[in-house]
Amino acid sequence: MKTRSLIQRLLPLLVIGVLLISLSACSSDTDTSNNTEEEANSSQTGGLSEAELENGIGPVESVTLSDKIDEELEERGEEIFKSKCAACHKLEERYVGPPLSTVLSDRTPEYVMNMILNPDEMIKKHPEAKAMLAQYLTPMPNQNHGGRS
Amino acid sequence: MTRKRNQKITDLSPALPLDTLTSIKQSITMNTLTRNLLLGIGAILLAGATLFACQTAGTQRVGDSDAAQKVYVPPGEHDEFYAFMSGGFSGQLTVYGLPSGRLLKTVPVFSHFPENGWGYTEETKNMLNTSYGFAPWDDAHHPELSMTDGVPDGRWIFINGNNTPRVARIDLTEFETTEILEIPNSAGNHGSPFITPDSKYLVATTRFSVPVPNRDMPIDEYKGNFKGMLSFIRADQPGDMDVAFQVLVPGYNYDLAHSGKGPSYGWMFFTSYNSEEANTLLEVNASQNDKDFIAAVNWQRAEECIEAGNARQMPSRYLHNYMDEAHIAQTEEKTSVTVLEPANCEQLVYFLPTPKSPHGVDVDPSGQYIVAGGKLATVIPVHSFEKMQQAIANEDFETVIDGIPVLNYESVIAGEVENPGLGPLHTEFDGKGFAYTTAFISSEIVKWELGTWQVVDRIPVYYSVGHLMIPGGDSQQPAGKYLVALNKITKDRYLPTGPELAHAAQLIDISGEKMKMLLDFPTMGEPHYAQAIAADMIKDKQVQMYPLEENTNPYGIKGEGEARVERDGNEVHVYMSTIRTHFAPDNIEGIQVGDKVYFHVTNLEQDWDIPHGFAILGMNTAELLIMPGQTRSLIWEPKTEGVYPFYCTDFCSALHQEMQGYVRVSKASNNVPLAFGTGN
Repeated sequence: MKTRSLIQRLLPLLVIGVLLISLSACSSDTDTSNNTEEEANSSQTGGLSEAELENGIGPVESVTLSDKIDEELEERGEEIFKSKCAACHKLEERYVGPPLSTVLSDRTPEYVMNMILNPDEMIKKHPEAKAMLAQYLTPMPNQNHGGRS
Repeated sequence: MTRKRNQKITDLSPALPLDTLTSIKQSITMNTLTRNLLLGIGAILLAGATLFACQTAGTQRVGDSDAAQKVYVPPGEHDEFYAFMSGGFSGQLTVYGLPSGRLLKTVPVFSHFPENGWGYTEETKNMLNTSYGFAPWDDAHHPELSMTDGVPDGRWIFINGNNTPRVARIDLTEFETTEILEIPNSAGNHGSPFITPDSKYLVATTRFSVPVPNRDMPIDEYKGNFKGMLSFIRADQPGDMDVAFQVLVPGYNYDLAHSGKGPSYGWMFFTSYNSEEANTLLEVNASQNDKDFIAAVNWQRAEECIEAGNARQMPSRYLHNYMDEAHIAQTEEKTSVTVLEPANCEQLVYFLPTPKSPHGVDVDPSGQYIVAGGKLATVIPVHSFEKMQQAIANEDFETVIDGIPVLNYESVIAGEVENPGLGPLHTEFDGKGFAYTTAFISSEIVKWELGTWQVVDRIPVYYSVGHLMIPGGDSQQPAGKYLVALNKITKDRYLPTGPELAHAAQLIDISGEKMKMLLDFPTMGEPHYAQAIAADMIKDKQVQMYPLEENTNPYGIKGEGEARVERDGNEVHVYMSTIRTHFAPDNIEGIQVGDKVYFHVTNLEQDWDIPHGFAILGMNTAELLIMPGQTRSLIWEPKTEGVYPFYCTDFCSALHQEMQGYVRVSKASNNVPLAFGTGN
C-alpha cells in the first residue's frame, strides 16, 4: 500500500540512531551551561573546525549508513519521529520548522544527528543553525536525552 | 470614619529593645560632645562631624558594608542554603535562598494556587479533599525536613495544616506536594509535623481539645469530657502516610513538640498549656497554674503495647490524598484508627511540670536537654533526659493524672536560664554548645550556654519575634553559621504598603562570639517557622522534565498525531498537545452550549524550563501550567454561543504571541459537525 521515498525510510533510522547514541551519551557532558569559557575562546579564535562546519557540533563524529534498511529499527524510529519530530516538521512543506525531504542532500547524517542531539549549542555556535533560527524563529527544542527526570 | 494613618514611630517605643534606646542615647551624647569640641573651629567642620556621627549611629543599628558582602550573591551564582518558610495563613510553603534572602518559589500545599492551577485542575483538586468536604485553605505553620541519622536528608519536607488538621509531604526533587493526610479526632493541629531522627514517625497534636469522638454536648462541661490526642504518623513510606496510633490525653492544649535524639531516641516531647481545662477567656483562665506540662511519650513503648493488644480500634472517618503513578491526585477514605490510653499502657506517658504556659519545646543536639519556652515564665527551664529517667526509675512522682505520672520538677530540671528576655518562645542550637532563644515581648534573641545556663549575648530584632531558625538547628548537626529571626510585626521596616505589611525575616550571623545583624527581607503570608538545608543536598536532584514515554495520564498523548476531540453525550474531551509554538488542535468546531468540555493538554516539550500554559475566554477555573512531558486538565462549560479564543499563558518563545486557537460554540441541537485541526 505504501511506497516510501528514501528520505521517508532514512529519517526514522537517523532518529533511532540518535536514540542509541543518546543512551551512551547520557554520561558525557554536553550540558551547555558549562560551556561559557569555551564559548568565549571559540569566538576569539574564529570558531569552528572544518569538521564541525561539515558535521555539526555534538557527540556524533561519524556515521556510516548501510544500503540495507533494518526494518525493525525503521519501525521504532518512525514511532519516535511521530512523537518528537512531527509536531514541528513535515516532509514536503514548512510547518513550524523546515520541510525535511531534502535534509539529507543538504546536510551530512552527522550534522542531522548533532542538530537533534545538541540543538542548544548548535543554535548558539554553528553558522548554519544560527541562520535557520533567524529564518524560522522557533528554536529546535532540546529533546533532553540527558535531562534529569 | 477616622481611619488610622501611618502610625508614629513613637508608638513603637515599648517594642524597641533597650539596646537600641541605649545606642540612640549614645549617639546623641557623642553628637553633643563633638559639637562642644568643634565650636571654636567652625560651622563647616561641625556639619561634617555631625554627618559622620549620624552614620556611626546608623551603622551600629543595622550593619555595615561587611554585612552587605556576607549576603551578596553575585549574578548567576547560587545561594548556600535553601530555606523553606511556612506560608502561615497562605496555606503554602515558600522557598528562599540564604544568605541572599531571594524568593525562589511558592509551593502550594493546602491552598488554591491560581499561578499553576493547583487545586483547580482535574489532576490536583483531590489533594484538597477532607472529611469536611473540599477545603482549599489552611493555616500552615511548621515545615519539617525529613531526617536520616538525626540530620536533615533533603528527601522531603512536611508541613501541618492547623485549621482542618492535616499534614502534607512535599517531594524535594519536584518541589511539589505529593501527599496530604487528614488527622482524625483532632482540632487545631498546631504541634506538628515534628519528626523522629530516622523519619519513622512525625507527630500531630490537638491544640483545641474536643469531645472524642466529637459529639453535640454543652461547652461548659469541657472539664474531664474534652480530650486531646497525640498522633503518630508513619512518615517514611511516600504515598502511604497513615496514622500509626493516637494517644488519648487529658483535655489540655497541646502546643508544640520535638523528638528525642541520641540517648533520648524513642521519646517525643510535647508542650501543653491550659492544664486548668478552661473553655472560655483562656488569656486569664488558662494562666492560673504556676506550671503546666511537657508530655514525654515513649513511642517504642507504644509499639509494645499495641503489639500486646492494649490498644483499641476507634471508628473515625478521615481522608488520605496522594499523587498516583500518573501524577493524578487520588483520595482514599479511612474508617478507623488505633487509640492507646495511658491507663492501659504503663510507662507510655510522663508529665514534666514546666512553668508557665510553655510554648516551644526543643531538644539540644546531644539529646540530653529538653528546653521549654515558658511564654509567661521569668526563666527558661531546661529538663535533663538523664534525670527524667532516674526520676522514672525512682517513681519520683508528684501525682498521677489519668494514668499519667507527674514527675517532680526539682528531680528533672537541669538548670534555669536567668534573665532570658520577656516572653521566651523557641530555642535552636548552633552545635557549638550554645542555644538561641526568641523573646517575643522584648523583641530580642538571647544566646546562652548549655551547661552553665548563662546568657552570653543578646541582639534586638524588629519586631516581636516568634520562631527562629538555624539550618539544622533542631537536628543533631546544626550548621551554626546563620540564624533567621521570623518576626510577627513589621511596622516601619519597609516601604509601607497600606494596612497589611509583609512579615519581616532577619538574617543574623552567628559564626562569631557576638551575633551580628546582616539582612532584613520580606516574606509571604506568615513565615511562622522555617527549615534550611545546604543547597548541595538538594540542587543536583532536581527533576527537569517528565519523559513523554512515561506519561501514563489516561488523557495524555504521546505526539501531535494523537491530538483529537471526542464527544460522549454532552461531555467533550479535547486531547490537545502543545509545543513551541502551537496547539494541536487549534481550531475546534461543533461544541454546544451545555457541553462539559475537558481540555487535556500535554506538553510535548522535553526540555528543561519550557512549560506551556493554557487559558480560554470565560473559564471559571485557573490556568493550566503544564511542565514538559506532563498532562494537565481543566473543565470548561461555555454558557453562550460564540467563538472563544484560547492561548498559551507562559511566555515560551519568540512566537509566543502566535500561540493561540479558537473554539466555536453553537446552540444546542444544531448542525455544526464536530471538527478540529491545526494548520489546515
